[in-house]
Amino acid sequence: MREIPAAAITDAIAKLAVEATHYLPADVEGAIRAARATEKSPLAVQVIDEILENAEIARERMLPLCQDTGTAVVHVELGQEVHVSGGYVVDAINEGIRRGYAEGYLRKSIAARPFSARTNTGDNTPGVIHFEIVPGDELKLMFMPKGGGCENMSRYQNFLPGMGRKAVIDFVCETVDLAGGNPCPPLIIGVGIGGTAEKAMTIAKHALFRPVGSRHGDAEAAELEDELFAAVNALGVGPQAVGGTTTALDVFVETHPTHITSLPVAVSMQCHSARTRQAVL
Amino acid sequence: MSDSIAITTPLTDDVIERLKPGDHVSISGVIYTARDAAHKRLLEMAERGEQLPLELSGQIVYYVGPTPPRPGMVIGSAGPTTAMRLDPYTPRMLELGLKGIIGKGGRGAAVRQAIASNHAVYFIAVGGTGALLNRHIKKAEVIAFEDLGTEAIRRLEVEGFPAIVVNDCRGGDLLEEGRKQFRTSDRPIPAGQAAGG
Repeated sequence: MREIPAAAITDAIAKLAVEATHYLPADVEGAIRAARATEKSPLAVQVIDEILENAEIARERMLPLCQDTGTAVVHVELGQEVHVSGGYVVDAINEGIRRGYAEGYLRKSIAARPFSARTNTGDNTPGVIHFEIVPGDELKLMFMPKGGGCENMSRYQNFLPGMGRKAVIDFVCETVDLAGGNPCPPLIIGVGIGGTAEKAMTIAKHALFRPVGSRHGDAEAAELEDELFAAVNALGVGPQAVGGTTTALDVFVETHPTHITSLPVAVSMQCHSARTRQAVL
Repeated sequence: MSDSIAITTPLTDDVIERLKPGDHVSISGVIYTARDAAHKRLLEMAERGEQLPLELSGQIVYYVGPTPPRPGMVIGSAGPTTAMRLDPYTPRMLELGLKGIIGKGGRGAAVRQAIASNHAVYFIAVGGTGALLNRHIKKAEVIAFEDLGTEAIRRLEVEGFPAIVVNDCRGGDLLEEGRKQFRTSDRPIPAGQAAGG
């Protein structure tokens, strides 16, 4: 058993919130730079140049990459040998969000009472927090400030079991086509296949933590990732939907065994400001 | 962007006439911010025949909800939000004299038609470049609905603010044309847009 003080979790989350919203991850920036070299539309290249310049300015002037500093999505991998002391882990995470969003001059974008008053909670809490119990005595915090533009374009559908991979590819392409410029392409696309409705969406979202350029360990899933990546980039949507050959920076597939009657497919999209940051305690 | 067209606000018919889809512009002068809640209130005021807190005639509205400024800055990160969410309000705003809009993403058919019939223009700024766009905002002042926080109406003084013409006064649409031009897929483009935004 290893003790981790709740205060250490709060400190770590506050730091992650500020860093994630200001520093574009190196793999994402690298992928955008690589896309610039292959992009066929001159207008799209200008859009990409502005995106790259923005990342530089954000770093240097400590300005958030995007004004939408998002819903604070936190995925926690909690080692089963860990004991959190001195407070409830969820409170500790929300306190970290509160502090990070205040100290970092981040936008507070959370509305309480979603179908009625929609009053701003004023401190960007509560976060959307997922826990996974894992072996070991470490606690891993995975932070994703998730913008509304791309989150609102998420999509789920269950297909007939026999429809197979074609249904998946058609659904992902249709989702990207319908979303157009709203989710701020070039995108990173998470596709969750199988499980139940909530499982499919959870694994689709979790896939967005994967490094750009990585491929699934399962050969069949990796092949589907390659095929989806090519299919999406053939749509011509392009950066900010001005038309172009760079619609996605990558596509990640995650799967889970499913019921004999089901073929759940969930699509979760991340904008080019694909902000994630992790810490291990 | 050496080929950028410099324009100043308020917009005149001549300037609007010259703009076409895909043109880069750099905007200088005064623009106003407004998002969902501000649009709702503005149009309710117009409905009741009240004086609006801003003169819409010839003006540009920028769909933005900035981050709070750090000490010493006039505004925080300030990039565009999804324009489609404002589609229900836009035709009426145009009837009230609005001539230009800056947002991100495409507009619905009714809005595109209203932009053309009111001889107006829809621009996009590059979404997710709020730190870059901050440099072009020289002054920011809340002029109405302060209680809305980030969604309050702000009067911004901008210099060389970069934007791209999407929908011009002749009904052209950069996003539609661009997608067709670079599409190598044989999938038909689905009609309509996703709900939400």
